[in-house]
Amino acid sequence: MRLPCPLCGDRDIREFTYKGGAEYLDRPAPEADDAAWDAYLHLRENPAGATRDLWYHGGGCGAWLVVERDTVTHAVTGARLAADMAEGGA
Amino acid sequence: MRYSAWEILKQGLTGNAGWKPVWRDPAPKAEYDIVIIGGGGHGLSTAYYLAREHGLTNVAVLEKGYIGGGNVGRNTTIVRANYFLPGNSEFYSHSLKLWEGLEEELNYNVMHSQRGLINLFHSDGQRDAFARRGNAMINQGDDAILLDREGVRRHLPYLDFDNVRFPVYGGLLHPRGGTARHDAVAWGYARGADSRGVDLIQNCEVTGIDIEGGKVKGVRTTRGEIRAKKVGIVVAGRSGQVAAMAGMRLPIESHILQAFVTEGLKPVIDHVVSFGMGHFYISQSDKGGLVFGGDLDFYASYAQRGNLPMKEHVMEAAMTLMPVIGKAKVLRSWGGIMDMTPDGSPIIDKTPVEGLYIDCGWCYGGFKAVPGSGFSFAHLMATDRHHAPAARYRLDRFRTGHGLMDEEGTGSQHNLH
Repeated sequence: MRLPCPLCGDRDIREFTYKGGAEYLDRPAPEADDAAWDAYLHLRENPAGATRDLWYHGGGCGAWLVVERDTVTHAVTGARLAADMAEGGA
Repeated sequence: MRYSAWEILKQGLTGNAGWKPVWRDPAPKAEYDIVIIGGGGHGLSTAYYLAREHGLTNVAVLEKGYIGGGNVGRNTTIVRANYFLPGNSEFYSHSLKLWEGLEEELNYNVMHSQRGLINLFHSDGQRDAFARRGNAMINQGDDAILLDREGVRRHLPYLDFDNVRFPVYGGLLHPRGGTARHDAVAWGYARGADSRGVDLIQNCEVTGIDIEGGKVKGVRTTRGEIRAKKVGIVVAGRSGQVAAMAGMRLPIESHILQAFVTEGLKPVIDHVVSFGMGHFYISQSDKGGLVFGGDLDFYASYAQRGNLPMKEHVMEAAMTLMPVIGKAKVLRSWGGIMDMTPDGSPIIDKTPVEGLYIDCGWCYGGFKAVPGSGFSFAHLMATDRHHAPAARYRLDRFRTGHGLMDEEGTGSQHNLH
């Protein structure tokens, strides 16, 4: 599996660290209740099929990426810089 | 038919014409008292214990594929009770005791082999941690022996003891740990449940869960609607999809875990050996194949196959620890879908929907839990009370933060287990 880093091009998966679903970008307000934080930290859509998730390019440019891929086929269809996504997940 | 040496002799002398299928292939009835979604190890043992412990036989197990075709047929067959934390400790201790009586109880040879499991350590700090774990195991009533370097050498003379990066300091021996024949466990429980009247319904995929007024009414399947007073979800890596049918999101992320088996060799590895520093563990099957694996690939996946970097890592760890197996040819590798929780421990609990129960989150350790999980889940579904050894496996522990069981001590987060 290779990930298409927008800054570095197609790179081996070994260069990346997986974080989890892109919903990690939808951080609740600090005063949100425990249900909101539980949903953010623990509960998952866990999709079988198309997904968007966060990867850190630690072995390359150091950027956080939002990768579009398929959890059933391992096909990777795109990646964008997380920094370019609007606050709130885009 | 009761299996015995006499029966084998009799059948052998009469052309083996008398063997019969050991479970029926019934069509689903319109209604059951209890429907179990998932005909894997945990679902089958749940059905078995519902019938045997609680006398509940108006029960159906719905399996989308065939019995034993999921993770129970795709694991590395290790059976152990070497957990450290309260909650896990008593649960796996109970499960191991069930294993020890399983063959006689089921009248089925599950090839349970208590050949001993050794966790190696490679530093003074690791020795202290394993000494503490061993004490916790002994306090639980199980067995643990702390071996020094020479003690390990007597058991495992083939290790590279003087590896520059990971010299062997010793190991924690769990003599009652070992392996079992994974398929036979599924078949034995299936036969036991079927013979008590449970309907095992294969090729029957659940497509919806009917809920009215917060109460479960039944399920929709590819073989029609089935009404049920109680429904149990026991679907391992597919927990997220099935729970979504009930409008729930779970603290579960499904990951890929790879395993490997070599060509058959003469006996060389007599134990289960675990090399935590390199994420590698190994045993030898009765057919002679070396069965081994490592850590997760560490990304969400339902592909049932992994990628090359983890394969390379596992092979490197094997060669670091035991170069003796370097010439063995790998026959095949595969991947299983692991239902990972944030703290790495499972869930056996009620859900917010009345009559709907869930047993999931077995991460990469579900096989050894098959008897205990079924026993405890059956207890919960039959009595609406948690079974004592599994009482801490609560669905809401991540929200409350109370009773987290993070055996690895890495933190209760999805990407850390």
